[in-house]
Amino acid sequence: MMGSENADGFEETNLNATKEDMENLDLGVDGDDDPLKKSDVNGDTSNSGYRSAMSTLSNVGDPLSPPPTVMIPADSDPLLAPSSYEDFRSSFSSKPISSDNSYIEPPSYADVIFSPFDENSDSEINGADDSSLHSQFSDSLSRSPSSSSSDYIKITVSNPQKEQETSNSIVGGNTYITYQITTRTNLPDFGGPSEFSVRRRFRDVVTLADRLAESYRGFCIPPRPDKSVVESQVMQKQEFVEQRRVALEKYLRRLSAHPVIRNSDELKVFLQVQGKLPLPMSTDVASRMLDGAVKLPKQLFGEGGASAVPVHEVVQPARGGRDLLRLFKELRQSVSNDWGGSKPPVVEEDKEFLEKKEKMHDLEQQIINASQQAESLVKAQQDMGETMGELGLAFIKLTKFETEEAAYNSQRTRANDMKNLATAAVKASRFYRELNSQTVKHLDTLHEYLGMMMAVQGAFADRSSALLTVQTLLSELPSLQTRVEKLEAASSKVFGGDKSRIRKIEELKETIKFTEDAKNVAIREYERIKENNRSEVERLDRERRADFMNMMKGFVVNQVGYAEKMGNVWAKVAEETSQYDREKQNS
Amino acid sequence: MESTTEQPRNISGSMQSPRSPSSQPYLSVSVTDPVKLGNGVQAYISYRVITKTNLPDYQGPEKIVIRRYSDFVWLRDRLFEKYKGIFIPPLPEKSAVEKFRFSAEFIEMRRAALDIFVNRIALHPELQHSEDLRTFLQADEETMDRFRFQETGIFKKPADLMQMFRDVQSKVSDAVLGKEKPVEETTADYEKLKHYIFELENHLAEAQKHAYRLVKRHRELGQSLLDFGKAVKLLGACEGEPTGKAFSDLGTKSELLSIKLQKEAQQVLMNFEEPLKDYVRYVQSIKATIAERGTAFKQHCELAETTKLKEINLDKLMLTRSDKVGEAEIEYREIKAESEEATRRFERIVKRMEEEIVRFQEQKTEEMGVAFHQFAKGQARLANSVADAWRSLLPKLEASSTV
Repeated sequence: MMGSENADGFEETNLNATKEDMENLDLGVDGDDDPLKKSDVNGDTSNSGYRSAMSTLSNVGDPLSPPPTVMIPADSDPLLAPSSYEDFRSSFSSKPISSDNSYIEPPSYADVIFSPFDENSDSEINGADDSSLHSQFSDSLSRSPSSSSSDYIKITVSNPQKEQETSNSIVGGNTYITYQITTRTNLPDFGGPSEFSVRRRFRDVVTLADRLAESYRGFCIPPRPDKSVVESQVMQKQEFVEQRRVALEKYLRRLSAHPVIRNSDELKVFLQVQGKLPLPMSTDVASRMLDGAVKLPKQLFGEGGASAVPVHEVVQPARGGRDLLRLFKELRQSVSNDWGGSKPPVVEEDKEFLEKKEKMHDLEQQIINASQQAESLVKAQQDMGETMGELGLAFIKLTKFETEEAAYNSQRTRANDMKNLATAAVKASRFYRELNSQTVKHLDTLHEYLGMMMAVQGAFADRSSALLTVQTLLSELPSLQTRVEKLEAASSKVFGGDKSRIRKIEELKETIKFTEDAKNVAIREYERIKENNRSEVERLDRERRADFMNMMKGFVVNQVGYAEKMGNVWAKVAEETSQYDREKQNS
Repeated sequence: MESTTEQPRNISGSMQSPRSPSSQPYLSVSVTDPVKLGNGVQAYISYRVITKTNLPDYQGPEKIVIRRYSDFVWLRDRLFEKYKGIFIPPLPEKSAVEKFRFSAEFIEMRRAALDIFVNRIALHPELQHSEDLRTFLQADEETMDRFRFQETGIFKKPADLMQMFRDVQSKVSDAVLGKEKPVEETTADYEKLKHYIFELENHLAEAQKHAYRLVKRHRELGQSLLDFGKAVKLLGACEGEPTGKAFSDLGTKSELLSIKLQKEAQQVLMNFEEPLKDYVRYVQSIKATIAERGTAFKQHCELAETTKLKEINLDKLMLTRSDKVGEAEIEYREIKAESEEATRRFERIVKRMEEEIVRFQEQKTEEMGVAFHQFAKGQARLANSVADAWRSLLPKLEASSTV
């Protein structure tokens, strides 16, 4: 379920610079090398960029224009290296947050060698090792050992471009953005190993989502990115487009990670078919608002005329204004089911289901809570790193100052002590920030599952709406029956039969038969959806638990690694200042 | 009145290793037992000041008195007045705001700072012989109150008044002598020193600011670990095994680390940030001494000028055999004596400062070294705790995830 990708060796290069810089950390106070080219280690102390990086699914914006190459040559100032806050943001979000399986995938945590300045371990920590070590593919995770790791499908969204709507109006068409969607896969359904691209606009994605919702009722379908109407007006164009691009990529990857949906026609068409997709059907706002509306043939309303709409349409929820009468009917039904509440339209008697629903709701609440606290934790780690870095810098300045102005040896000694402290503080600061960028990736699993909870709600809603259809149809029958009986009774009183009444009776009988059939179809549909629900929820529970375990493991390994590194750095300083250890000397 | 400081004997104090034989003179002071007294706005803290000594001028081997913050202020001000040129150890800030809160940590920090203050005085080769120190350490509370009140009565302290007069005087004489620029020493070395001190204050203040923030960061991280731990435990309660248990363990560790962080925050505050703040205060004290030196220099210059003028005048009168000669001669002698006194004062300040600077640098290297060492140890300890705590979870996580 968690698509993974390590987009580029960018992070690796970053770390190379880091490692060399650490080794070369010479403040050059004696020479002309000025360690203080930049007055502040952390360029941007605001956390707004960080917040946007950490926040919800669709909202991963990187305000910096792509691609941010922060490649610091190893011989430049060692203290500058990837230590600016902007570097953190860009290094973090240039690999979009959808690359969410770069947490640690080594065979066992013990194999990850967390010795300080070990380049290999650095790479592993950041998951930037593009070689075989990490699975870059969406569903070959350690948690699902059954899926063959040779199947893969990888989707990238890139290259947004402005295009013009062809229009007959004098004024000319609107402009809109299209995105290039590239798929690399070896799935047989797509015709063996291949790579192909199409251009799509956001509207196409909405259509895809709607069609999937129609076809896969009862499934936990990943929610699509928001339309974000307000944001599209308020945000900078470039920022918004980038945010949307990232969200789209994430969405498509999630779709392709779903074992059933990845094989759907809808997705295949979307990913493969060149040229414009057909326009979506117009959506009626009213019908959207009413849950559980189902399209029934017009016949059921007694409007006469054999309907060409086949019975199986019963399985489709409403689209378009023509169903308004139907909608109201079902609304009436839902109200009669529960005339206290505003929403719950169904009499759900399945206790197990209700319990499950309750549990899911609880779970969702706790995930929300945990995700918020995770965000706080990340911020606190971030701040710690920043302040530590600033402290280090202040001491570097002091060191330089004392050295330049030294008139006494005691000053030189002090300058040296300060230098050791400053060096350690700067290193520790970097460690905090590296730790943090990893922490974000791990804890982001919580965020991901918030999205999945929405998918579950959707699945449950499908079930409810199917049940509503069944109940509506069920309640129709008795009243139709009664009408027939009344008409028959009345007609029998007329000698020779009442032609108009007899005709009406026949029509009604046809309607009843039709309704019966529809009811049976609806029941079958309901059962089918129930089964979909069950298997999906089971799958989701399984995957979620595995993903959470992985998340915890990754988080913990990460913390251990960096804590060890920091411990070593400070132990070194303690060693260097051991002559000042008063505890030993006081007898 | 300045005490002549000819005594060469250096008294050992409580800050040195007590390996000296008992026949050697020693003076050991400690400030202990803070007790909150009084109510509301008038609340204050009193401290027990314990003096252990074998010096003849002091009473008995041990003496205990009760002192409050303003008594320490009195001592500092007296020393500042009498021992010009010496860097008087700084006091912790008066802090009108925190007084109301009087948290345990604040009280402890203040006590520690006051203890250091008195001990530095007791260890200083000149200051330790001060009469005011003796008063401070020995006088009973009533006497102390009286002394203190004299200084901090409704009128400004005599020292302040004198300063005001001197300022006015010097402004007047500037006008008389036709000078517009204030008279200042311009020797290269002294310029360098002044520049050094002023720059140093800026650098130190910045370092101290970040150190203080770092303390806050520790607290914030601790808090967020606590909240995270709780949230994760609640989440675990929703999940079945083994995930639920894993979350629960994770949450517990997180809460545990939160406590360690809060502890470390306090340590950093007391053993790292406070020494830095003390360093800043010390530099400010030096600045005050620099100001004193400036004043002394100006007096010395002006009186020298005036003396010269008087001499010229006298010579003139003598030549003209005026009957004002006698008067003039007396005036001349008086001014000359004052001028010589002013020069002596100035030169004493210069000499003292030379010695003080060396002392200051050495002392600061030592004290900062200690602070850095403790800070590094603390951070290493914290990091190790963090690593150990998280590491302990790994076997279980490893086992569960291979299910």
